[in-house]
Amino acid sequence: MTDLLLSQIDINSNSLTETDEYIVNLGPQHPATHGVLRLVVKLDGEVVKETMPVLGYLHRSIEKICENRTYPQCITYTDRVDYASAMSANLAYAMAAEKLLNIEIPPRAQWLRMIFVELQRIASHLLWLGAFAGDLGAFTPFLYGLRERERVLDLFEMTCGQRLTYNYIRIGGVMIDVLPEFVEKCRLFLDYFFKKVDEYEELLTYNPIFLERTKGVGFITPEEAINWGLAGPSLRGSGVSCDIRKQQPYLFYDQIDFKEEISYGGDCWSRYKVRMNEMRQCVSIIRQCLDHMGPGAVEAKLPPVLKGPNGQEAYSRIESSRGEMGVYLVGNGTPKPWKCKFRCASFNNLSVIDKLTRGWKVADIMAVLGSLDIIIPEVDR
Amino acid sequence: MSGSLKLLKLINVILEHVYKFLGLTNPIPEVINAFITAAISFAVISVFVMFLVWMERKVSAHMQSRIGPNRVGPFGLLQTLADAIKLTTKENMEPQKRDKIPYFIAPIIAFVATFMGVVVIPLDKGVTIQNLNIGVLYIIAITSFTVIGILTAGWSSNNKFSLIGGFRSAAQIISYEIPLVLSLVPVIMITGTLDLQKIVEYQAHAGYWFVGPQIIGFLVFLTASTAESNRAPFDIPEAESELTGGFHTEYSGIKFAMFFLGEYISIIIGSSVAVSVFLGGWIAPAFMNFLPVPGFFWFVIKVLLVIYLIMAFRWTFPRLRVDQLMDFGWKILIPIAILNIFLTGLWILWFSKGV
Repeated sequence: MTDLLLSQIDINSNSLTETDEYIVNLGPQHPATHGVLRLVVKLDGEVVKETMPVLGYLHRSIEKICENRTYPQCITYTDRVDYASAMSANLAYAMAAEKLLNIEIPPRAQWLRMIFVELQRIASHLLWLGAFAGDLGAFTPFLYGLRERERVLDLFEMTCGQRLTYNYIRIGGVMIDVLPEFVEKCRLFLDYFFKKVDEYEELLTYNPIFLERTKGVGFITPEEAINWGLAGPSLRGSGVSCDIRKQQPYLFYDQIDFKEEISYGGDCWSRYKVRMNEMRQCVSIIRQCLDHMGPGAVEAKLPPVLKGPNGQEAYSRIESSRGEMGVYLVGNGTPKPWKCKFRCASFNNLSVIDKLTRGWKVADIMAVLGSLDIIIPEVDR
Repeated sequence: MSGSLKLLKLINVILEHVYKFLGLTNPIPEVINAFITAAISFAVISVFVMFLVWMERKVSAHMQSRIGPNRVGPFGLLQTLADAIKLTTKENMEPQKRDKIPYFIAPIIAFVATFMGVVVIPLDKGVTIQNLNIGVLYIIAITSFTVIGILTAGWSSNNKFSLIGGFRSAAQIISYEIPLVLSLVPVIMITGTLDLQKIVEYQAHAGYWFVGPQIIGFLVFLTASTAESNRAPFDIPEAESELTGGFHTEYSGIKFAMFFLGEYISIIIGSSVAVSVFLGGWIAPAFMNFLPVPGFFWFVIKVLLVIYLIMAFRWTFPRLRVDQLMDFGWKILIPIAILNIFLTGLWILWFSKGV
């Protein structure tokens, strides 16, 4: 019987062992891609041959819209650039506009900005933690992450009335001063949250299955990471010091004592560890900010109409939750910017996905994608 | 005589009266009796599965600091019924280019194959739906039919995700079948029988449960049976973050419900076998012997405890990757199981217990 079967097969074609590559679309509607990312994946069985991200499903031309709005109006659009970390985008834009328009900000407003951006970093990392664990198949950390994120959002809601797109950090300061009970509630949250980070680590960090799925997966050397233009925790996971809060301190980060979290593994686990440690650093930064913050105005005196000086340009860079975020503005003497450009970390971080997943399994695409912490509106804008 | 056995006798007596009334011959034809027993066991198991789905949702809710279903019925107990009604009355969406006949048959194979395993589970002393002297072998043989259903589903859906899911499932179930069987072999060596009822009786006579001397076998069996029923952390065939829904991506309505039921029934069977073989089946724990409750009660309690453990696995661990899953099965579980057989052989030889 076997002889008969074998005789029908042409030995030269090697068709017994030959396999075909096939293409699978992961996304734009897929339970694991964060948002509407589409990955065209070429597979050979389970092995990934090529991963090609297809962008543009969430393109809303925010940069172009900003050129048709006055400087203060643009703030609401920056919220939508990175909806998981809206405060950072607010801050990056506001800082660029202030540089362009030469505006001095009162110190209390600066401290408030720092508090809110760091709280936002906690919220963003918690969302990332949940999504990352969910990508690896553990659903429970997702709900743990959202549980604590809810507390952060409550603090935001108490201050500016919004829970996702805040429009809180404005040109010249912040929208409104915090309520008197904010400081106490914030401290209570920080004490509560600091213990919770240990709880997440207990659940995941040294879980053997988690280690199997993340150790050595998506490895990238420091040199390659720099060449690909990775940013933020994804780059620090490769052992490169790149925290803008340390290297080009903005706001009052130079007066704060905090550690830049670096991990040297270069794999998914290291990127995970960097973010987990960063959450602890955020707690310490916010505590110090609350100590330093004195009374005073929260908004600078601004002229009734803000006009960008003709031909002048300004670039601001901050360390957003996902890495370096820059805003480039050019004025032309009118109340509207002549050019507005966002430099977002997610775009660069996504570009490396093909390199990191080639030769690995399908399941690793999700692990790598999760560990890079990509937010689609930041990629597409 | 225990309560559930009385129930079966009662049904028989009622049936005999009905037959006399109709003027038919006595005793009842075996075939009719079998049909009625099957119908009753089907109903009981279905209700039990509904309870399990509710339990799973409550367990996961508890583990994730949520409340869980609490709207339909007391404590949300009827939530599963509501879901079942929703699934059965749903429009049956089918992909246009499916392979029609396999697509239709697949969920039936998967469901029936798992369901048939229920037959030989010893519910109480002397109470089994149909006692077979090769019970262990029968269960292992019949439940591995599930893979045919899943593979058929993956192939006939004409969807790449389904296909990957189907093949993953085939690889997984075939690999984990081996440690599953090997983990049961030592117990069979000690008791010298394949009859589940007799294995439980052996434990009753011996005064200990096999979970003590066969702890390795128990752990291997628990792991392998979790993998057999495609449950997390071994749920790679339906890994929703990679394959959307895996082999049942294209199934909806009642056909999806059959896969869903099949999964839960295979959990029931897995934990029932674990309880019968390793945890003393219907035997009451020694310190609770004085309680006047039937063995069936203890059996259900033990099964629920094992199921709770399997549910806790699902909501704690991340999912393994497909190659790691294979490595774990072939390089860790199988050698351990074989070593366990070897050690048990030496044990029998030296202490000349059992056969």
